[in-house]
Parts: sequence; structure tokens; C-alpha cells
Amino acid sequence: MIVNKYLIMDLAAQNKRIDGRDLTSYRTPIRIDLDISKTAEGSSRVQVGDTVVMAGVKLSIEKPYNDTPDEGGITVNAELTPMSNPDFETGPPGINAVELARVTDRGIREAKAIDLKKLCIAPGEKAWFVMIDIVTINDAGNLFDASGLAALAALKAAKFPVFDKETGVIDYKKKTKESLPMLKEPLPVTVHKINGCLLLDPILQEEKSSEARLTVTSDMDGTISALQKGGDEPLTMDEISRMIDIALEKANFLRKELNKVI
Amino acid sequence: MKMVYKKRLDGRKFNELREMEAQAGVIPNADGSARFVIGKTQALVAVYGPREVHPKFLQNPKRGILRCYYSMMPFSGSGERIRPGTSRRAQEISMVMNKALEPVVDLSEFPNSAVDVFVQLPQTDAGTRCAAISAASIALADAGIPMKDMVSAVAVGEVDGTVLADLNYDEEAYDGVVSDIPVAMTHNSKEITLLQMDGEVSKEQLMKALEMAKEATEKVYEVQMKALKEKFRTQEK
Repeated sequence: MIVNKYLIMDLAAQNKRIDGRDLTSYRTPIRIDLDISKTAEGSSRVQVGDTVVMAGVKLSIEKPYNDTPDEGGITVNAELTPMSNPDFETGPPGINAVELARVTDRGIREAKAIDLKKLCIAPGEKAWFVMIDIVTINDAGNLFDASGLAALAALKAAKFPVFDKETGVIDYKKKTKESLPMLKEPLPVTVHKINGCLLLDPILQEEKSSEARLTVTSDMDGTISALQKGGDEPLTMDEISRMIDIALEKANFLRKELNKVI
Repeated sequence: MKMVYKKRLDGRKFNELREMEAQAGVIPNADGSARFVIGKTQALVAVYGPREVHPKFLQNPKRGILRCYYSMMPFSGSGERIRPGTSRRAQEISMVMNKALEPVVDLSEFPNSAVDVFVQLPQTDAGTRCAAISAASIALADAGIPMKDMVSAVAVGEVDGTVLADLNYDEEAYDGVVSDIPVAMTHNSKEITLLQMDGEVSKEQLMKALEMAKEATEKVYEVQMKALKEKFRTQEK
């Protein structure tokens, strides 16, 4: 890929972008499709511009962890597939996939977005565990925000499968009408810094020109549940403050987009 | 007493395939791509290349190499979550996909390079390797890779004495004598490039099933060609 780094930096100095967008505008369309996989308990496909990710939720019954015997659990996994970007390789997840999964995980977990106590079936013995898998289909930049949106959409769409308490068997082919016990709707927004300018939703070229980024996951009331600074350059306190302001506002914008479909 | 499977579980005729749908050019980053849906089985394929080969010792100075990578999404199975990453099953399917497609692609003009075919399945209900091969054939054509022919794949088989096309999961798991035979066929030369079998079958029934596969892959071919024509028609506008 050819990266017009100097052009991107020059434009940023004038508060402009290579694709003509406003600094804090997401690409269009933002499209959220639900139930794209009937085999998952909940699933979504999120498209932001040319970036496409899929997320799926699978539920299983496991023994609760010893330190939280009356709670279920969640795990987030992300695959940066070689299908989605010619630079991604086959094989076990690299550090970028691990970071994406962990940032998405923290946003949901720390916000207490799911009432884990309600996932408990028998304390110390059985509880529902929620596995969220994110699979990239086309990486055209900003996988963090697209993945966070896809994960939340899949969680909101998920329905419990039929579970026979007597036999302890889950019938994955039959779904109940019961949704997951959701309490919050945390969404990540990643703000990048290029040549002193703060901008959102970078395309790949901008991502490669980015000096620093900050992912802020926040809920409707402005509570922040995850932060992740990335990139090689440092950020000033003032920049962080401005980045958070942008992120909180844009998380509400994304939440509205999500609430249009579920 | 020999049981006979008289009526299919989902009401289809014996030679009837599940509903199919295909599109070409669905992944912008890829050089070629396709989506192929048959019943509840969905395959997405991205083709990258010809491009440089890593690791370098795999380079062939005489011609380019084809590499297929089959992967089910962790939430795409009909039961529990599938652990991500490669499995013995995925490795074998990747290998037979390669053999199914290689006879039709001509990479003689691209020495030392590779054409990579990546498969992802968001949702499955049997017949995944056939859906993957059918999608891959569209995606390779979409990528402009020189091809001598198209490859179309579908499973055939026998359930309690009855020869059928395109078994779904419930038929594969049917409590009786079942054989599941994935077949890939070239369109022009009518040669078989993929043949596997799971279960039990007599030679007579196998040959009958292969005859049915000839007719069934023809229907797959029509869907593949429609997807390609649509893509290039849209591009002309």
C-alpha cells in the first residue's frame, strides 16, 4: 500500500483530510446487520465505510471461577484474518489481534455491561459463559471502533439456547426468547493524533501516519470503562482531555446508530 | 429389513439442491472475492495474488503456487463454540481444496509467486468444503487469475438406500446407513477434482451418486456464472 504520509500530515496541519471528510466524522455508510449467523446465539456484521467486521456470541455452561462462585463470565477473542488485509498473516493471533481483543473485552467487562450474577445457574457449580468472537472481513482502518460496535450489537441480539436443567444438556438448535442481562451499552471511540491534529475513524493510510491514538470506551452517562493509548508519540494532558470530549460525544452518536436496529 | 429413505427431512426432491446465492467482489481489499450460500451454509472467500511468496523456500521458479486456507468462524458450528485456529480437519480441507482448484488455474506466467485463497465460514449446515470450493472458483475468476475452466462442487450421498444431492446436517447425522460424498467437477471437461467419502456405499450406488453430482454441479455452475456476470455488468456501467 502506498501511504501519502507527508500529504496526510500537511493536510492535518490545515485541519483537512485526504478523503475530504471532517476531522470528527465517521465514514458512511455505518451499517449494522444483526443475526448474520444463525449458528451463533447472537451475531452482527458492522460496516464503517469499507471496513467490515463480524461478531458472534456463543454461550456455554461452565463451572464459575473460584473467586466469583456466583457469577458467569465473558471472553472476547479477535481474529485479524489474512482475508481482510494483505498484511495480515495466517497463524496464531499476533499482538495486534490480542490488543484489539483485550481492549474490546475491557470496555464491556469493566463497564459491567452484562449482569454476570444473573448468568449464575448454581453457585460454585454452573453458570453461563459468554464468548464473543470478532472476525475481520475487510480492514480499511479503525478496527477498534467497528469491533466494539459489532461486539455490543451481537450481545444485544443474543438469545439463550434451550437448556434442560434435568439433563444439563444445551440444545443449540433451539433458541429461547430470553436476551442476555444487559445493564450498559459501552462503545469505544478511537481518536488519532496526526501532526498536532485530532481526528476520528482513520482510513488505513491515516492509521499508518498516526503519531498517537487513544481509545476511550464510554457509556451513555459518560462513564469511561476502558482506555488504551497507542502509537509512538506521547500525548499532553490537554490533548487527552480533548480526545475524551470527542470520544464521549461520538460514542453517543454510535449508540444512536445501534439503537436504530436493536 | 432394509429401510428406505422415501421423503427428505426438509421436503426437497432427491436431486434438489438447497437454495443458492452468490456474489462476486464482496471484499474490497482482496484482488478477487466471493460469497456463496447454499441453504444455511455460507462461505466467504478472498483471493490475494499473484504476490510474493513467504517463506521463500516455497517459491517455485517454474510457476506460481496456489495456497488455500479453510477456516470456520468460532460461532459457525451447529453446537458449541469452535476453538479458533487451525485444526487437523481444517488443514485437510485446505489441502483437498488446493487439489480441487489447482487443475484449472494456470500460474505458469507467475513464477516464484503465490495466489492465496482464504475461506471464512460465518454459518454452516454441512457441505462447507463444497461451498468453499464453489466460492473460491468465483473469487479466482474475479481476481483475473488465468483459468482453463470453472470448478463447481456439491455433496451427494446415500441415506438409507436413496441417492441424494446436497445433504444437510440432519441428513448427514441421520440414524441409518448414510454416505456423504463431496464432489467437485470441472465444467467443460466434466472431470472430478475432489472426491471424498464418509460412511458406507456400494460401487453401484456410488456411480449413481456421481451421475447425480454431474447434474447437481451444473446447477452450482449457473449460480457461479450469474454472480460473475452481475459483477462485471455492474462494473461496465
